Amino acid sequence: MAHAATHDEHHDEHHEHLNFFQRWVMSTNHKDIGTLYLVFSLLMFFIGGSFAMVIRAELFKPGLQLVQPYFFNEMTTMHALVMIFGAVMPAFVGLGNWMIPLMVGAPDMALPRMNNLSFWILPFAFALLLSTLFLPGGGPAGGWTMYPPLSLQSASTAYVVFAVHLMGISSIMGAINIIATILNMRAPGMDLLKMPVFVWSWLITAFLLIAVMPVLAGAVTMLLTDKYFNTHFFDAAGGGDPVLFQHVFWFFGHPEVYIMILPAFGIISEIIPTFARKPIFGYKAMVFAIASIAFLSFIVWAHHMFAVGLPLGAEIFFMYATMLIAVPTGVKVFNWVATMWGGSMTFETPMLFAVAFVILFTIGGFSGLMLALVPADFQYHDTYFVVAHFHYVLVTGAIFAIIAATYYWIPKWTGHMYSEFWGKMHFWNSVVWVNVLFFPQHFLGLAGMPRRIPDYNVAFANFNMISSIGGFLFGASQLIFVGVLIHCVWFSKKKATDRVWEGAKGLEWTVPSPAPHHTFSIAPVVHDEELAHGHVED
Amino acid sequence: MTAGGIGKHGIRVGKHFKHAIGALIAASGLFGGAVLANPQPGQMNLTPGVTTYSEIPYALSNDGAIVCVAIGILVFGAMFIAMYRFRKSRGAVPEKWSHNTKLEIVWTTIPVIILVCLAWLATDGLRKFSDTTGSQMTVKVTGYQWKWRYDYVDYLGKPLSHVGFMSKLDDRSNATRQLDSGLDPYAVKVGDENTYLLDVDHPLVVPVNTKIRFVITADDVIHSWFVPALGWKMDAIPGVVNAAWTNITVPGVYRGQCAELCGQDHGFMPIVVKAVSKEDFDKWLADQQKPAAPAPAATAAAPAQATAQLAPKQTSQG
Repeated sequence: MAHAATHDEHHDEHHEHLNFFQRWVMSTNHKDIGTLYLVFSLLMFFIGGSFAMVIRAELFKPGLQLVQPYFFNEMTTMHALVMIFGAVMPAFVGLGNWMIPLMVGAPDMALPRMNNLSFWILPFAFALLLSTLFLPGGGPAGGWTMYPPLSLQSASTAYVVFAVHLMGISSIMGAINIIATILNMRAPGMDLLKMPVFVWSWLITAFLLIAVMPVLAGAVTMLLTDKYFNTHFFDAAGGGDPVLFQHVFWFFGHPEVYIMILPAFGIISEIIPTFARKPIFGYKAMVFAIASIAFLSFIVWAHHMFAVGLPLGAEIFFMYATMLIAVPTGVKVFNWVATMWGGSMTFETPMLFAVAFVILFTIGGFSGLMLALVPADFQYHDTYFVVAHFHYVLVTGAIFAIIAATYYWIPKWTGHMYSEFWGKMHFWNSVVWVNVLFFPQHFLGLAGMPRRIPDYNVAFANFNMISSIGGFLFGASQLIFVGVLIHCVWFSKKKATDRVWEGAKGLEWTVPSPAPHHTFSIAPVVHDEELAHGHVED
Repeated sequence: MTAGGIGKHGIRVGKHFKHAIGALIAASGLFGGAVLANPQPGQMNLTPGVTTYSEIPYALSNDGAIVCVAIGILVFGAMFIAMYRFRKSRGAVPEKWSHNTKLEIVWTTIPVIILVCLAWLATDGLRKFSDTTGSQMTVKVTGYQWKWRYDYVDYLGKPLSHVGFMSKLDDRSNATRQLDSGLDPYAVKVGDENTYLLDVDHPLVVPVNTKIRFVITADDVIHSWFVPALGWKMDAIPGVVNAAWTNITVPGVYRGQCAELCGQDHGFMPIVVKAVSKEDFDKWLADQQKPAAPAPAATAAAPAQATAQLAPKQTSQG
């Protein structure tokens, strides 16, 4: 440890001469690019969140009070696109950038210049996407799923398609980089089956990204040519089929859903052993479960389309395949609980978010199982039940994991401890209000309220008002998060130790806090007992 | 991709599970189980519906929810016990184990068994839903931005022509829903029932105790025809004709909405199905067919507009 520090400090010297522009815009350093991704993602989280506030404000009570229906549709569409492609995915890439080289003992990402490019594409992609809100024809309003023919009625199709192309290029390059780093740059002794679960989850996620982002690019390119070049891929009048788009889109879309949750599984699998002070239960089962979920994600796409009129045989196949996902997901949840069992637990903020993740993500999984039952899905489909379902897996799942990861690793990033009191304030406010926000939406969906409507019958009024109140307060709670981050980065006086957490294991805790600009320029020696999952001998 | 809708030649799987379904329905007291068919304030569960099929999704949903709650109690219970017992502040010392093959086999197998049971029930329900044979009546449903069109194709084996009309949001809801209209959504009522955004000018009138086949399509973008009391929704897709069926057992007015985002007024194209006795339906149908005769030329030239004028004057029963 000590000799690593001296070595790294030596390398830090010439970075102090970089000006702001050189340091951040021309960076090829995985830590700086990771920071850029994380800051960008936080910004997008608030932009996407502000769209959600517009939605919840309009739905506060029956009748239209604030916005026209078309603008409401722009808000639902942009909220999803910004949150998925701007907040959740870049946050995971940022965490991967920062932590993967530190966790496998690599000096940097395998392809540092490409790393810079894959980040710097994103601000342009989102500038293009968000600019549509200020254009005469308005932004995309056909839903983030961009189903034709509706999406082709929008004036901003070309902007959205190009923005999606850029995001796709960025994601594919990021994924290539992560795969190249993990497969080529591990320290000697860091065998594949000794890697932290977070690294495994990212390796598998990166393969998913490479497999499906081109599919999305293909689908949106066909939209573009249908609109501007007189093709008829999705136009029934020209011999095309609108449902074809949905098949292609969801062949991307379902793996995409797992792209947003598998790294979260990895994060939780790092945090729980640390704060339970006990190795992760069933390491190989955890890795295998992630791989099985990734495989299954390719054969369940049509469960998003049960109501399009699939043949009976297809409905049955996709129902069974979807239900199968419950098995590896169940294994993961059971293993997390078994990791806690017999441990010696403390509940610092990262652990609180991780525990909330396990419970609330599982609730999202339960509603997912219910949605898989096709006859019941004919009732649930496209209602608020679905909205509740995917917000449980994405907000209390993916986003809670990202927040947990931030609290977990920020002492390593900044060298300071965050304020535990305000971290806990953030946690309790988030966990209470997110449930006030999303749980009543199950009831709205069961009562028959369709999603993506700006106004509703008075029968839906009480739960919508509760949900909106939860929404405003959940949104406000995230301001505490920003406060904690600002305090931790610039004002915190409390120095972080190298190991930060008593039970923390893994190579990332062997470097100083804050992690020096360059780490592991000389490959570290890997000691098995230093790894979070202990000895793997099963 | 099929253009024929849900399997006309359904794969036949297993036997009937009426008793199992019945037992599940018995368990449906969960969440208060409101029997009312249309959305109610504070409603927390699906409606059991009013058709020969609609209790299947209701029971299946309750069954799924019960299974989830049971698993949730076990898993979260174990987790909370762990969080209480194995706290550092209580002096817990971490153990070293990280495997237990027997336990892992158990908690992989038990979920599989539960899933097989659920899949069995769901497959049976799906098979019933997909059987559109033996219908006594056919209604063609067409989605437009932002209204529905209903064409009565045949009834009791006899083809019908010129019975069809457009159905769109009622004027009071439409005036009230405008931005800053100043009108109160709570004041939009029919009798005691608030019908804000759930009422139309011309409801779809159908007879009870009749197996009705719907053929569902759209003219512009994708819509979805959704009436909770019937127990299903089906997408209306341009260039595709989907099939579904219902057999309503209780006369009444059943309300639903478009369930697939279809543009700015997606939230404002409700569906109203008025189920009446067979006698009343016969009278209504006769009324509909009368004015069709004098103007065949007009209907041929502009079927949509002409038939729209044939919309029901006022049906005999309220």
